[in-house]
Amino acid sequence: MTTIFTDVLVIGAGLAGERAAVEAALRGRKAILLSLVPPRRSHSVAAQGGMQAALGNMVMSKGDSPDVHFEDTVKGSDWGCDQDVARLFVTLAPVAVRQMSHWGVPWSRVEPGPRKLADGRVIEEEKEKEGLIAARDFGGTKKWRACFASDGTGHSLVYTMDNMVLQLGVTVHDRVEALALIHDGQRCFGAIVQDLRTGELRTYLARATIIATGGYGRIFGHSTNAVINEGTGMALAQDTGVVPLGNMEAVQFHPTGIVPGDILVSEACRGDGGYLLDKDEHRFMPDYEPAKKELASRDVVSRRMMQHILLGKGIESPYGTHLWLDIRHLGKKHIDSNLREVADICRTFLGVDPVTQPIPVRPTQHYSMGGVRTNIGCRAYGLAGLYAAGEAGCWDMHGFNRLGGNSVAETVVTGMVVGRQVAVDLEAPAVACTEKLAQDTLKQVEERIRRLAASEGLVAVHAVKKRMGEVLTEKVGIFRNGKNLSEAVEELQELLEMSRHIGLRTGVGRGANPELSAALRLPGMLRLAVTIAYGALQRTESRGSHFREDYPRRDDKNWLKRTLATWPAGADKPVLNYEPVVITDLPPGERGYGEMQLKPQKEPAHG
Amino acid sequence: MAKRVVTFEIFRHNPLDPDSKPRMQPFVLEETPRMTLFTALTKIREELDPSLKFDFVCRAAVCGSCAMLVNGKPRLACRTRVEELPDRTTLFPLPFFKLVGDLSVDTGSWFREMGARVQSWVHTMEQFNPALEERMSNEKAIAVYELDRCIECGCCVAACATAQMRPDFLGPAGLLRVARFVADPRDQRTSINAFDVVKTDEGIFGCVGFLACHDSCPKNLSLATQLAYLRRKFMLTGVGIGKDSKDHHNISQTVELSAR
Repeated sequence: MTTIFTDVLVIGAGLAGERAAVEAALRGRKAILLSLVPPRRSHSVAAQGGMQAALGNMVMSKGDSPDVHFEDTVKGSDWGCDQDVARLFVTLAPVAVRQMSHWGVPWSRVEPGPRKLADGRVIEEEKEKEGLIAARDFGGTKKWRACFASDGTGHSLVYTMDNMVLQLGVTVHDRVEALALIHDGQRCFGAIVQDLRTGELRTYLARATIIATGGYGRIFGHSTNAVINEGTGMALAQDTGVVPLGNMEAVQFHPTGIVPGDILVSEACRGDGGYLLDKDEHRFMPDYEPAKKELASRDVVSRRMMQHILLGKGIESPYGTHLWLDIRHLGKKHIDSNLREVADICRTFLGVDPVTQPIPVRPTQHYSMGGVRTNIGCRAYGLAGLYAAGEAGCWDMHGFNRLGGNSVAETVVTGMVVGRQVAVDLEAPAVACTEKLAQDTLKQVEERIRRLAASEGLVAVHAVKKRMGEVLTEKVGIFRNGKNLSEAVEELQELLEMSRHIGLRTGVGRGANPELSAALRLPGMLRLAVTIAYGALQRTESRGSHFREDYPRRDDKNWLKRTLATWPAGADKPVLNYEPVVITDLPPGERGYGEMQLKPQKEPAHG
Repeated sequence: MAKRVVTFEIFRHNPLDPDSKPRMQPFVLEETPRMTLFTALTKIREELDPSLKFDFVCRAAVCGSCAMLVNGKPRLACRTRVEELPDRTTLFPLPFFKLVGDLSVDTGSWFREMGARVQSWVHTMEQFNPALEERMSNEKAIAVYELDRCIECGCCVAACATAQMRPDFLGPAGLLRVARFVADPRDQRTSINAFDVVKTDEGIFGCVGFLACHDSCPKNLSLATQLAYLRRKFMLTGVGIGKDSKDHHNISQTVELSAR
């Protein structure tokens, strides 16, 4: 049995995890990055749109500042975020963007001179701003604030960050999966990890363990997320029985996943002037949202689309009902340069040329606002020595809805913050992990694997996973109500019970075993699913992306608070507690859902 | 219209199992509209054989995980539509890289080592100033970005004749990485000698110019141009011309001068 010692163990090597490891290394600490896949294949590479930071270099960004960014973020969150966290975030975001530039990101730059916007207005970028970092319009912000690198912001950021990891000599162990945290109920000491090349188990002992595993999108079945985004890090934390997950019912749907395939086409399509059309090729968003039209917040656009589909205005297809995203009027030159990845996705995966044809889209699960609840320094509640960053964490700057481009910025900023916090905390005297504790945790994991290998259960992993996705999409999706949510909780609990009777069809041999990995992950995914549905059932109001047909209004009197879900060992559902949100500057006000009353005509149908 | 039935002949082998012998295993599927190899292989694993190993992450052609030999040619499986394929298709893992099992190969370790060999980061003595934004022309930024678009899928290396003959070859992807930093004005490796490893047979002079890399790149990167550029540059450096400069413009002037 191999035991590996390190100061800092980072589980997940996307942007947040790598930025955290880089910060720890810059501060003289030994860090090890664990990753399911080579770091450059992380889901962070898929971020197409941009990284929000108030640099204010464009004409359309004039007057922007961290204050305005703060206001956008708090309003966007529907006052569900912690305002001290949002303040820290908007202050650090510009520094993060400039630092990424210093490290090598080829940000697109300001080109002076006139240019015509999609709505016909002509603007002129200033000569004195030439060569500074440019920004573009991106869902739901007052100013143009999304810094971007051509059509591959996430790719450029990940490659640059991983270059830093190479330069600093940070150790990377890829194709591994953490299966359990080593803890004594007070403090976390590292993790038991499986090598996905060989199947071997290893013990990693660390003074600080950071969870940066991204979101759980794939538990929904249909999701824009990469196939590895199964919420494994959140499940690890929840499995301790002492670490609460925050606001798990806050799930974001992206308005434009392609049909079929659920691959995201970027907000930039709408930011650059794309329209949403119905079956009559009518541009319907101005009917619902006369001011912001296609550029209203994601949750608003997603609900309007679903509402319009429920009015019978969608287009039927073998893969379910969809709407059209139309960017034809932007022209071939614009589409093939600024929206090249989008054009590539349409041509390759759909056989659709967006220069001449509209793109079939529908709202699709996209982002997990909730996650491992931490304080403003990214320290997890409940266990000393445990931290979380990026989408896996909930230090809570997103509340109940995240703005486009704030997630990419969050990964880098939380990485900076958690790296600093860990460095400070490591100044304290070390607390040693007893050998027995590490051994016991290892034995528990070995026992789980042995049981699965020996199981004669008839339940197939895939069947349970598939049903879980259907239940979540149908009953815990864009429109929610008490009846559906109760049914969902019940059925997901049944699936959790069924998961005890899983039998492997392939047995546990030598080397990697995808079926075993899926079986080991499944109970944790189901617990996350129950937590989401149960939290949504209890929250009898609508806030941000959490929309209850039976409680269509925000209720600050009773619900201006965050859900904290802890799952005690052996329980069949989580214990929910609540804590107040931090309000520093901005008292709850009107977020702006448009003038039209939201009222779906019938039960939502999903393909 | 009757739905087409397609057969996938898939390479199976577990290198860690002493009893495993490399073999081909056929899987038969009914084709559905807009089916890709991602859809097909996922279906096979879910419904026919849960032990089948392959690597998908983004399934959107941006992460570079799923390259394999499709009917003998290196391709990204996720962006291969089944309707483009014949009734029988063979799938092999990429050659050159270490086999993990079945269609899964360890491209990650190779690319990590390549990154370390070419020192794939901006070399600069400048200290980061949080309050200062350095300027760059948008044209230059786009030029650097274009050279930074490689997704490390390994198709070019798998297609490369030199790479099959000498395992220490930097490969087209490694050479492109060098070109990316040569083009970056923030990188202060002004002397070409800083890129030591490139001017040997492990580097640009190992390339025999078949350019299968160029034809195999799923991102349509300008590999032919970049390889030609590096070859010319390092050749001139070898004879003592322009070795203290990494600027494109100066080099082309030098070429003109030396041609007279």
